[in-house]
Amino acid sequence: MKEEKEKLTKRDFIKDGIRGLCLLGMGGLLGSLVNRARASDLVWQLDPYKCVQCGKCADNCVLEVSAVKCVHIFSLCGYCRLCTGYFNPQPNALNTAAENQLCPLGAIKRTYVEDPYYEYTIDEPLCIGCGKCVKGCYSFGNGSLFLQVRHDRCLNCNDCSIARGCPSGAYRRIPANSPYLFKGVEQKA
Amino acid sequence: MIRFAIFIIMILLLLPNITYGIQRFPPPEFETGHELPVPTVPFPRSDFLEYTDVVVLLVTLILASYIALKKRTRKGLLFLGIFSLIYFGFWRKGCICPIGAIQNISLALFNKSYIAPITAIAFFILPLAFTLFFGRTFCASVCPLGAIQDIFVIRPIKVPYWLENSLGLLPYLYLGAGVLFSATGSAFIICEYDPFVSFFRRSGRASILILGACFLLIGMFVGRPYCRFLCPYSVLLRLMSLASKWHVRITPSECIKCRLCEDSCPFGAIRKPTQEKPKDKTLGKKAFTLAILIMPLLIVVGAYLGVRSGTTLSHVNPKVRLAERVWLEDNSKVGDTTDASVAFRGSGRAKEELYSEVIKINERFAKASGIFGGFMGLVISAKMIQLFIRRKRLDYEADRSQCVSCGRCFAYCPVVKSKDLDHE
Repeated sequence: MKEEKEKLTKRDFIKDGIRGLCLLGMGGLLGSLVNRARASDLVWQLDPYKCVQCGKCADNCVLEVSAVKCVHIFSLCGYCRLCTGYFNPQPNALNTAAENQLCPLGAIKRTYVEDPYYEYTIDEPLCIGCGKCVKGCYSFGNGSLFLQVRHDRCLNCNDCSIARGCPSGAYRRIPANSPYLFKGVEQKA
Repeated sequence: MIRFAIFIIMILLLLPNITYGIQRFPPPEFETGHELPVPTVPFPRSDFLEYTDVVVLLVTLILASYIALKKRTRKGLLFLGIFSLIYFGFWRKGCICPIGAIQNISLALFNKSYIAPITAIAFFILPLAFTLFFGRTFCASVCPLGAIQDIFVIRPIKVPYWLENSLGLLPYLYLGAGVLFSATGSAFIICEYDPFVSFFRRSGRASILILGACFLLIGMFVGRPYCRFLCPYSVLLRLMSLASKWHVRITPSECIKCRLCEDSCPFGAIRKPTQEKPKDKTLGKKAFTLAILIMPLLIVVGAYLGVRSGTTLSHVNPKVRLAERVWLEDNSKVGDTTDASVAFRGSGRAKEELYSEVIKINERFAKASGIFGGFMGLVISAKMIQLFIRRKRLDYEADRSQCVSCGRCFAYCPVVKSKDLDHE
């Protein structure tokens, strides 16, 4: 019985040693990581300058309606009467009739400002992030319409499934305290 | 901070060229004094809430350890598990979890450009630290993936020892692959193929939803199939649990070898007392020596196979796939183009730049998959050695590495706790 006990303490001793080593290793890992860790979380965002408007953002998100939506920076907009982001390539007339619109959801609102300027506003709940308007605006206009991950909707998956399928590698993790990559905003500042 | 400042400066330098490049129509000057609307910027979840998650994790870990080791009630663990399933699963939608955090840690360790958030580090370290002292109480009722499977255990069958043991190699393989692909910045496969996260989000790819349903269906008859035969984090937890200071015990005081608990564990983690003497000691010893001797051989073979398959494995990296595609198109081996190749050509980047980057990635892959292969060789030989180690067991005991501390066996033990025998 005595021998048994001694054996047990020996085993316990070895175990204590291993546990100490594990703790030490964990401490080392923690030290090396925390030393250059960021307090703020990271979120996914797409770089509008790398975006190729392939339309995959609309489908690849784990949400049923993608967290990516169109954003309009009005300071870059030309307020064109013939907006190539709003109208399909051969519109019957330059009015708000559904058959003239490029957006499959009719999510862009066109309002008259003054001659010859019109303002285009995104109706965000309707937008599905397909990027059709973005392509139109980018190809022939100023590119003031572009896609962004909207962070009130984004689940911030550890592995973003849109980023995984993005053909141009436009997605990257950015700090959560400045979670957007807007066109032209830095220029204004 | 400096990195961020540099980034801003870079953007400022680059921006005029780019913006003016596409400024085809000058913004109008309104005569009516029309004010330009400003786009809204809805912010992500605040850091405070992220830290709250860490606190909740800490509290549930403490509670789980307390209930499993001190209170010893299955009911408590079950309710805590359901809470964790609701909080970490359905409320937080499964992100971030310690299983996935493995990849953030390995990416941060091997890629200087990625800096892990503190929450990810805390989620990775905390359960390991707790397991080092209390056993796998994290698996019992903190992990949402464990909790959802635990609920589905209905009629568990006993998995034969040899099958359990050989399938037990899969978590090591999965862990190795997960670390390999995240360290090379290629993919987060552990998250990509997480079978239950689609349930937590109540949306996702059909294939993953079906996979998750299959896991739950199998889980009715084979308890916790993901935890036992796939979970990469369980590898680390098993090792920690082996060295844990305290651990769940089947009996509150002293085992009377009544055999009542023998079949109570749905996860096959209860070990019987050993027979008095093995039949032939020399045979076991010989096999043991042989297993130790072939260890270096297995490691070398594994490493060789790893290095050889590095190029194949590197195709998981999107840049490698892109470079190959661009090369194939240039040499007219394929007729069509892909979105990625068109995007690359549109970006104006030089092909040579991409190729040289990919060569570097390939070199890293050869090295990393060599280590991965060596690691697998080590694991296989360690498993073999383990087969020949006979440890004397006097009582019915929970296998420290396999036991998830679910507490099902407590009710089977007829021994009543007595104050005098309370402590070990």
